[in-house]
Amino acid sequence: MTLATIEAEQGLRAALALDPAGVVATIRESGMKGRGGAGFPTGLKWQLAAEAVAPDGVRYVVCNADEGEPGTFKDRVLLAELPDLVFEGMTIGGYAIGSHEGICYLRGEYVYLLADLEACLERRRAAGLLGPDVAGSGFAFDITIHLGSGAYVCGEETALIESLEGRRGEPRNRPPFPVVSGFRGAPTVVNNVETFAWAAAILARGADWFAHIGTDRSTGPKLLSVSGDVQRPGVYEFPLGVSIAEVIEAAGGHDAKAAIVGGAAGTCVPARDFGRAISYEDVSTGGAVIVVGPWRDLLEVAENLQWFFANESCGQCTPCRVGNVKLLEGIRALRRGELTVQQLEDMVSLGQTMRIASKCGLGQAAPNVLLSIIENYRSEVLGHIPVGAR
Amino acid sequence: MITLPAEVEAANAGLIEAIDDLVAEYGDDRSALIPILQALRQQRRQISDVAMQVVADRLGIPPVDVQGVVTFYHFLDTTPTGTHVIHLCRTISCAMAGMGAIAARLEHELGISFGETTPDGLFTLSWANCIGMCDAPPALLLNRQALARVTPDQVSELVLGLRAEVSGMIGA
Ligand SMILES: Cc1cc2nc3c(=O)[nH]c(=O)nc-3n(C[C@H](O)[C@H](O)[C@H](O)COP(=O)(O)O)c2cc1C
Ligand code: SF4
Repeated sequence: MTLATIEAEQGLRAALALDPAGVVATIRESGMKGRGGAGFPTGLKWQLAAEAVAPDGVRYVVCNADEGEPGTFKDRVLLAELPDLVFEGMTIGGYAIGSHEGICYLRGEYVYLLADLEACLERRRAAGLLGPDVAGSGFAFDITIHLGSGAYVCGEETALIESLEGRRGEPRNRPPFPVVSGFRGAPTVVNNVETFAWAAAILARGADWFAHIGTDRSTGPKLLSVSGDVQRPGVYEFPLGVSIAEVIEAAGGHDAKAAIVGGAAGTCVPARDFGRAISYEDVSTGGAVIVVGPWRDLLEVAENLQWFFANESCGQCTPCRVGNVKLLEGIRALRRGELTVQQLEDMVSLGQTMRIASKCGLGQAAPNVLLSIIENYRSEVLGHIPVGAR
Repeated sequence: MITLPAEVEAANAGLIEAIDDLVAEYGDDRSALIPILQALRQQRRQISDVAMQVVADRLGIPPVDVQGVVTFYHFLDTTPTGTHVIHLCRTISCAMAGMGAIAARLEHELGISFGETTPDGLFTLSWANCIGMCDAPPALLLNRQALARVTPDQVSELVLGLRAEVSGMIGA
């Protein structure tokens, strides 16, 4: 893994030798887009937060360690194995946007990492890498860890901020975006764990190094969490633009029927499309690749994931709250052989409505896997419908 | 400060003291609400109605806001849990890797269904959505520690071991 070869504090020292605008420019030149899934350019996000009006000069850097997307575990591995690099990236982000306070929102499911992470922060304070005078630069920055309590939607950045403020994790309307008005109304940068680690690497190795890996519009290496029907599940690093076939082969997934790329919120890619690329311009993902073996019933996969969304919907808006339950009931009826073609078409249009009418990414993405299965495996799906109901 | 009926206050003296200690530790800002509730849940295995009222009072927010938060998050809950809490991951990668057999063995060994606590108060059995252990499925959280690549026989041993621990303590 490239990230394991980055020399400690090289990125931080390089950053502190620049002015904050220079750090933002470096990240912009690297072309890095967020590693959490949505793919917003990180340098631009930092620039917007740096330029946003902060009435009392307070800005926040938040590390999104909520990692709730089914099939994703690369952030867990990063936090367990390279926590210094993640915190170094947060410190660099703080310097770049003029923030003195970082918060790491750690999902409740990872509470067993907390003690080691706290110890890491303590070591960094003792080494002068956090605190009132970071590495002798006069820049003050510290990091606290906030533990989540089990809610997938809290990975959505505005829900995460609500949760940090002691509320139910219900997504806010955007705009305003967190870079303008985030935690306690202050400009707030929310980035994924992996994004911060690569930010430190970019400062250490240079924007050019990063920009020359991957494709024009999807620069840099990416960590992928590969699971499911493979011999060697785990975290793999590939340059963005890698084909799905290559990833599956590396993990030992033979004769795979499909891959769920992007997790529950992603899409079901059939084997005939394994030549497609993992990149922001083709099949985009926060890193989850769930491989489905040839013997599996894809509707079983769809049912499992729809249950997940029905259970995790925050309930704020109707298309998501009701839609997920309806889709789940529909999948179950289909599997029992009790659905008509007309009802299947109704499910498709309900899914399309959810994509448009839901308030946040959860509801918008919740029908994705089902719709892609219906589209790509039409005859298999129709096979579940009794002849008389076709 | 709220005035609770004297008998309620007396019956909950320990709880109230614990809350005041937590408020002293985490502060009385609204941001402290979830850390306080997490600690309460951890210490007392339950967040009771009285607890919610007292916390609301100390943070200066409506009790219904506290209840709203408690009911929102999977790891906060008003119902008491057993001494040992098992969260079995039921999401896709674990489901594909034999979660069903683990679930069946857990229910068999504990004699309860998911969502229930054993009558002796020793175990609570719950589902979890993806716990991020997809590289080592099936996985579960035992008292919030991750156990990976669990087999049905390991489940039996685990339950046996934890039961023996308790009867050993009673015997001694
Ligand atoms: C339902 C939902 C869950 C999300 N969960 C996560 C998550 O666990 N981790 C994460 O980094 N981003 C998650 N996101 C994306 C965040 O809203 C946000 O875009 C991201 O943290 C920005 O970081 P990045 O630009 O570095 O990727 C989620 C989004 C939605 C809609
Ligand atoms: S889309 Fe779903 S999760 Fe998002 S705000 Fe609406 S109900 Fe909540």
